Amino acid sequence: MPKQQVQLRVNGVGYNLNVWPMERLLDVLRHELQLTGTKDGCGEGECGACLVMLNGNLVNSCLVPILQADGAEVTTIEGAAADRDIARIQTAFIEHGGIQCGFCTPGMVMSALDLLKKNPRPSEMEVRAGLAGCLCRCTGYVRICESVLKASQILQEPRSQE
Amino acid sequence: MIGIPVQRKEGKAKATGHAVYVDDFRLPGMLYGVTVRSSVPRGRITAIHFGPGIPWQEFTVVRARDIPGANCISLISDDQPCLADSFVNHREEPVLLLAHQNRCLLEKAKLAIRIEVEALPAVLSMESSLACTQIIWGTDNIFKSFLIEKGNIDEVWSKADFIIEGEYSTGAQEQLYLETNGMVAEITADGLTVWGSMQCPYYVHKALTKLFGWKDDRIRVIQLETGGGFGGKEEYPSMIAAHAALLSWKSGKPVKLVYDRSEDLVATTKRHPARIRHRTAAQRDGKILGMEIDFTIDGGAYATLTPVVLSRGAIHAAGPYECPNVRIRSTALATNVPPHGAFRGFGAPQTLFALERHMDKIASAIGLSPEAVRRRNFIRKGQTTATGQQIREDVVMDKLLDRALKESDFHARQSRFSLENPRSSVKRGMGIAAFLHGAGFTGSGERYLSSIAGVEVTTTGNVLVLTSGVEMGQGSKTTLAQIVASALNLPLDQVDIAVPDTARVPNSGPTVASRTCMVIGKLVESAALTIQQKLREAGMLGAGYSQSEFCSACSNYIQKYGPLKSYAKYQAPAGIEWDDEKHQGDAYGTFAWAVHIAEVSVDTVTCQIRVEDYVAVQEVGRVIHPVLAAGQIEGGVAQGIGYALYENVAWTDGRMENCQMTNYIIPTSVDTPRIRVFFEENPYSHGPMGAKGIGELPIDGPAPAIVNAIQNAIGFSVDFIPVMPEALLLAMEMQNA
Amino acid sequence: MRADVGAYELRSPSQLHEALTLLSSEHGEWKPLAGGTDIMVLFAAGKLQHRRFMSIWGLNELRGIHVSEHDVTLGSLTTYSEILKHPLLRSEFPLLAASAAETGGVATQNRGTLGGNIVNASPAADTPPVLLVYNAEIELKSLSGSRWLPYHDFHKGYKQILLAPDELLTRIRLPRSTSTFKAEFRKVGARHAQAISKVCFAGLRSLDTGEVRVAFGSMAPVPLRCFRTEAAIRAKKDPATALVEELAPITDLRSTAAYRLQVAKNLLATFLHDD
Repeated sequence: MPKQQVQLRVNGVGYNLNVWPMERLLDVLRHELQLTGTKDGCGEGECGACLVMLNGNLVNSCLVPILQADGAEVTTIEGAAADRDIARIQTAFIEHGGIQCGFCTPGMVMSALDLLKKNPRPSEMEVRAGLAGCLCRCTGYVRICESVLKASQILQEPRSQE
Repeated sequence: MIGIPVQRKEGKAKATGHAVYVDDFRLPGMLYGVTVRSSVPRGRITAIHFGPGIPWQEFTVVRARDIPGANCISLISDDQPCLADSFVNHREEPVLLLAHQNRCLLEKAKLAIRIEVEALPAVLSMESSLACTQIIWGTDNIFKSFLIEKGNIDEVWSKADFIIEGEYSTGAQEQLYLETNGMVAEITADGLTVWGSMQCPYYVHKALTKLFGWKDDRIRVIQLETGGGFGGKEEYPSMIAAHAALLSWKSGKPVKLVYDRSEDLVATTKRHPARIRHRTAAQRDGKILGMEIDFTIDGGAYATLTPVVLSRGAIHAAGPYECPNVRIRSTALATNVPPHGAFRGFGAPQTLFALERHMDKIASAIGLSPEAVRRRNFIRKGQTTATGQQIREDVVMDKLLDRALKESDFHARQSRFSLENPRSSVKRGMGIAAFLHGAGFTGSGERYLSSIAGVEVTTTGNVLVLTSGVEMGQGSKTTLAQIVASALNLPLDQVDIAVPDTARVPNSGPTVASRTCMVIGKLVESAALTIQQKLREAGMLGAGYSQSEFCSACSNYIQKYGPLKSYAKYQAPAGIEWDDEKHQGDAYGTFAWAVHIAEVSVDTVTCQIRVEDYVAVQEVGRVIHPVLAAGQIEGGVAQGIGYALYENVAWTDGRMENCQMTNYIIPTSVDTPRIRVFFEENPYSHGPMGAKGIGELPIDGPAPAIVNAIQNAIGFSVDFIPVMPEALLLAMEMQNA
Repeated sequence: MRADVGAYELRSPSQLHEALTLLSSEHGEWKPLAGGTDIMVLFAAGKLQHRRFMSIWGLNELRGIHVSEHDVTLGSLTTYSEILKHPLLRSEFPLLAASAAETGGVATQNRGTLGGNIVNASPAADTPPVLLVYNAEIELKSLSGSRWLPYHDFHKGYKQILLAPDELLTRIRLPRSTSTFKAEFRKVGARHAQAISKVCFAGLRSLDTGEVRVAFGSMAPVPLRCFRTEAAIRAKKDPATALVEELAPITDLRSTAAYRLQVAKNLLATFLHDD
């Protein structure tokens, strides 16, 4: 099977890539584009370290063959410049103890982004349910939930100052 | 500065995805490496076949005979080979290494290799190891045994109103750091450099030096951002570094060797499975007169760190209680499973699970409340532990217990549950665990280590902390910077922590044993104060000074005298004595203390258990950073919830069968409650700014608190962890029968 | 990543007809790949034996939820997230919504499809027991035509299904006749989210006629509609006895046969006794 041309927009930048059609979106991001913020934690869609937005939907990039992302818009943890909400959520994680080893953080931030887009004012239980696809081994989730709740407040604030 | 939740030093790099972990790190012309392992638990290697269809000439192949120095992963006893030569002792033992630039081809090649092994009978359980069905270590399969004695236990039984016996067991547990293990090695004319995910750069350095038979300065080890360790990156990284280094040395190219999750789960270390027996003599009023404890752990195929785990477990076995007569026997056994190793708590979670379950059993036998029995026996200032260590500080266990009872609304909720439970298929209960954790290395360990840490100042007055203690998520970069900034009275952003690089930082010992903040923190504090003193003695700095005065003082000093650096070396606090032979004396400089209370629900339809509420109250000296400290407790409790309820290593023929994240189950955000953390501060005179160790303490409490709560909910005793629903159902059926 | 990625083929037809043509041209050569939540796991683990795949993710003909007077028809590519977002499915088919909500995390729900869950034929899948009690029918299509069959006829044995190599599962139809039934879904997994079922239960009971429908996942080689247990209930015989005869749980890495059986009995008893 030959490699194929695939087009991708990642964090607002267009790419033409020559790739195997079954390559995982995760590997293309990490190896071809050197966007290594998206992490490989388990390779089976269980840990959530590889979460990215694919055409506005949260997906495990380890489970997406690149051909299915042809022509798609991808947002990763490095996409804060393209999406101000990402930057605000990152700040909330930094300020409220939502980060320890940092390996789950990119997935947690993307997961929070998705949750807060769908549910701007979640309860703690809704945050916990929304993040259940991301495993963390350091924090016990307490301060991650708190960071997301704080982020939900920040995202409500007017943005004109920025 | 101290007690203030300043921003985590490396928080932004982690939040934005820019932090560089080992798998994010690459070098030009880099090859990839893989490890080919044994597939039988015990046997003699008779042949290795390289299958057809693979361009073998393109591969770098390393076998045991290629190793230039000693074929071992040097640790305590140097018993574990780097690559098995003629004999394998567990199913995941590394036999051969391959490197190639094409990862796909590498996977194919790995599958094309067949290691022929003449299988020998294996020892796969503690029972068969003890029974010596096969001798696989020494003459009796025993890696190590210790005896701790206090008073005269043999005379106590006849005086006892009650004699209470119990047997408890704990399973293996995987650290499950989110970032798997990995290393990159590069050979150059000057020697070898290794980068990777690790807790102990100097352990790796020592292992490589021995493996190659080279001088110290030809090996350089650099820590990259490390995605969690919990002990799992204490000793095993030396193995991976050794493999990557051998491949690089032989190929002449940089080599990356990163485990995927499945390999990380099957091959690397786990918490030691254990069996603990208790026999206790107690008075009618609840006073415990004597404790006889037998502690046995499964060490796996090689000794590695097992003797030290055994020792810490045994020393913690009598818990935060005063007892005049104690005998603790401990034994570590060899089996043909991958070596068990360091994991947060290091033996103490096993013995404290048993002890705190047993305390409830004692209470129930005497007819007292779990609270009363504990209060009756809490150790106090001036009293001695099982090793004869006199407690020199105020012990606030009563206060911790009061606070935990209050915050959990223990009495009111427990009486409510006892009314509601009979009418509900979901039974609720509450359980207490009281415990302690010794901070720093055990016994003379810190003295042997003689750790060194330093502080360096630039002409602009920027301060760089030099230590081999690593950041792995616990927040050491931030707390060490707080300590130094506070000592020098400077803003936090003027202090940075140097990259742990053995060519640049001194050996401050490993990042383990809850020692970083307390031991290394003290060293960097005194190094910082020496800098201040030098500036003052040079007449360049006054008693009180501003940031800019400090900066110009540094500039002046360096211009006049050259580089301004200071190193501090560990010195044991006065009066600390330990007898290695007898296991007697001051086991630790100090202890951290805690009382945890868990509330659980048990669904009798499915036997599923849920932790509904969790209160953790502890005394860890002075809290340097309240958010990081609470984060340590919360994370430790969540791991403890996993240890108690979910994390079951399914062994088949000496191999972890459930080696995926879909079947090795850790708690998610909906399986953990909003863990509530409270600190009682009691500054420790020998800690930096009064701090003690904190990291391991929280993993000791959850398992007993939760299992005590289960007993409270369902009315009968469960003496093992993990309490899988399948096992609970069996226990319930036996109870009903 | 253990796969030899270059050894795999993946095509992505843009029309259903094109896909069916590819399926019929070389029988069994091309396997459909939808959201990838199972296939990609095997792929990365180096355990995916089959090498040629056809992505059906882009086939819009397989999407959409259509409501008519008597039934609801879901395209086979309907994702769990789409089910959860659909107000009528949530109100009239609460078991479907409940099973979708308990399948994986949000990211899995965005990619996993109802059709994939059926065709993957895992006995531990979460939506099949629900589809069984709703008397779902499924449409299988090939170049030579299409056929509808009751879903409970589809699974023939462990991972054996009534799908010809040239056929695609295209639609799932649910009769709108159970909106007044008492409904219960219980997934018993190793934890409370992101778990694979040890036991999965779906039950419906008409409060008017007393009709009871029961199905289990992870209790037999196939997702099982328990017709014999239902008959025992109608005949006022002991349902537990019938259930034990009808189920065939195994012991595996996730659980034990004994646990599964006892919990299945408990879940059924709870369902039948709770009013």
